[in-house]
Amino acid sequence: MAAVRHSLAVDLEGVRFPLPVLAASGCFPAGREHAGLIDVHRLGGVVTRSLTYGPSKGAPTPRVAETPSGIVTSVGAQNAGVREFLVEELPRLAKTGVPVVASIAGSTMEEYLRVASALQSEPGIVALEVYLSARDREHDDLPFYARRDVMADVVGSVSRLSSYPVFAKLPAFVPDVVEAARACVRAGAHGLTLIDAVPAMAIDTRTLRPRLGSALGGLSGPAIKPIAVGAVFRVARALPDVPIMGVGGISTAEDAVEFLLAGAWAVQVGTAALVDPSAPAAIAQGVLGYLKERGFASPADLRHRLRLDPEALA
Amino acid sequence: MRRVRAEILNTRKLGAYHSLTLVAPEIAERARPGQFVSVAMPADRRFVLRRHFSIHQASRRGGWAGTLEFVFDPRGPGTDWLAESKAHQFLDVIGPLGKAFAYPRRLGNCLLVSEEHGSAPIYFLAQELRARGKRVDLIVGASSEDHVFNPIEAKRLSQQIAIVTADGSLGERGRVEDVLVGMLDATGAEVVYAAGSRRMLRAVAELCIERRLPAQVAVEEQMACGLGICQTCVIPVIRKDGSGYDNLRVCADGPVFNPARIFWDRWMGDEPRTLSTPPEGFPVVSAWPR
Ligand SMILES: Cc1cc2nc3c(=O)[nH]c(=O)nc-3n(C[C@H](O)[C@H](O)[C@H](O)COP(=O)(O)OP(=O)(O)OC[C@H]3O[C@@H](n4cnc5c(N)ncnc54)[C@H](O)[C@@H]3O)c2cc1C
Ligand SMILES: Cc1cc2nc3c(=O)[nH]c(=O)nc-3n(C[C@H](O)[C@H](O)[C@H](O)COP(=O)(O)O)c2cc1C
Ligand code: FES
Repeated sequence: MAAVRHSLAVDLEGVRFPLPVLAASGCFPAGREHAGLIDVHRLGGVVTRSLTYGPSKGAPTPRVAETPSGIVTSVGAQNAGVREFLVEELPRLAKTGVPVVASIAGSTMEEYLRVASALQSEPGIVALEVYLSARDREHDDLPFYARRDVMADVVGSVSRLSSYPVFAKLPAFVPDVVEAARACVRAGAHGLTLIDAVPAMAIDTRTLRPRLGSALGGLSGPAIKPIAVGAVFRVARALPDVPIMGVGGISTAEDAVEFLLAGAWAVQVGTAALVDPSAPAAIAQGVLGYLKERGFASPADLRHRLRLDPEALA
Repeated sequence: MRRVRAEILNTRKLGAYHSLTLVAPEIAERARPGQFVSVAMPADRRFVLRRHFSIHQASRRGGWAGTLEFVFDPRGPGTDWLAESKAHQFLDVIGPLGKAFAYPRRLGNCLLVSEEHGSAPIYFLAQELRARGKRVDLIVGASSEDHVFNPIEAKRLSQQIAIVTADGSLGERGRVEDVLVGMLDATGAEVVYAAGSRRMLRAVAELCIERRLPAQVAVEEQMACGLGICQTCVIPVIRKDGSGYDNLRVCADGPVFNPARIFWDRWMGDEPRTLSTPPEGFPVVSAWPR
């Protein structure tokens, strides 16, 4: 029997990552001080925190509350702005050779476009990810994803402007995640990132106050994994040729394999990487172990391995 | 910062507090007062995040070389779990984290103010200041006697000491703020350090601004990563030139800050949210006193 050659590399229709596990947006340690905790060469890639055009102060504190198997957070896209990122952060990242996916945010359509154009032709960047949970100042502060036409407009405009492939990042709780995904792809998205944190709240019964300064936040961590797997599965069945990055509650290699079986082409790790920055690398190694043990050739191979009874979805 | 699997060498109980001493030379060698460690919790649906504790003691020399001690009172699932831990168990620990207290070069009289578990980093600081020939005076506050952390050690470390408890079970009845002015005057303090509740830290800040005394305080804020990644732990800090404020990370830019630069109204959610610029001539610790 010829030995199977196992490879962990993945190709998302032209966007290539050496390993199938990336650090999710907002959860990658970018500073010099983290050098001892993390080896970027054991990461498939890095998604940056969501970048706005100018500096953004972010949400009021407290910004995190721990809940069963999850955390509710609200950082409010605090960042120093895209130009600061280009000067302070990207060169260091680019030098390591790790593929960088730049996440972009805005409070208007125009801001998304200004951030996207500032990022064009920068070494190191392999794709853009459009964060759609930002609030749209021109439409009653609703999140951009809340209206399919507005969302498609943002994704389409960024895609037309950008020389990089564009991934649209969606929460699971858009009215219909499959239709939302379809609208993004029709507008020009190269791929999808599923899912963003789940809108959530935690209340302190002693003080009668919300536990977050902004009252509402996003739930992440193991608690949301089944929601994310379900979203990936549904979208992957409807759009089998569209690359999907799966994210939500992944903390072990088995979790990652679940996403790959559901139809993800690669995965991202958020909360688990905050608690243990070496988690994405360990998860990638674990995926390799699984492939070897089960005799599968590659992460892409797993996309077609889900055993689904024909009647299951009837 | 280093991540280690650290063996618990010793556990002890001091009043309401538990103390854990770990074998962690990689961390202990670098640890300075004001810095903290982050401890992983067991895999369990109650826990996602690590827990954070100030370093109370880090021994570089002698029989305890390479050990690290932290102190806590059980008050939730994480601290309850740690309170059950036994010698020879291992903990997953990252540290030392954050910026340490700065030592004054020239000034000699240091008033150190702590409340509840804030005493853990403050006693460590007291010891380091004394080793540098400084005079150390202490104010230690707590809700009740058993929450006054290691009063015997506090007395050993200080020239003059005031102990204050809310119920009067040890020392004077009241709050730290009640004895602050008296102690400042009695000790001729030239520098003030503090760790404890926001209310107390703010009182220290206001008094130090009024008297133009340089001060440093260690603050706590809810943290997700503790490593400077996520920006959940921020507090509003006024810029040196007073032109506005920035949300700085307690875990990486702090936990030690100049209290005159903390935008207290905003941090404590008070109205009106005015930007109170420090008074002219105040050592905004653009230059820490030499
Ligand atoms: C820099 C720093 C140093 C600290 N040093 C000490 C110390 O030396 N001794 C000590 O007893 N405690 C210290 N604390 C507070 C300690 O981290 C919390 O009390 C502890 O995490 C509570 O966990 P729990 O599960 O027992 O309680 P819970 O209250 O149930 O914790 C729930 C969540 O809230 C967070 N949390 C609760 N209280 C605080 C707090 N005051 N600050 C930040 N996050 C909090 C926890 O980390 C956890 O995520 C420190 C906190 C920080 C940020
Ligand atoms: C502290 C924190 C900050 C985050 N910041 C961003 C962000 O800036 N942009 C974004 O698209 N998603 C952000 N996310 C969402 C994550 O990228 C991810 O989609 C979500 O947390 C679910 O994955 P997880 O369960 O692995 O964390 C953030 C999540 C956390 C916990
Ligand atoms: S807790 Fe994550 S940056 Fe401070």
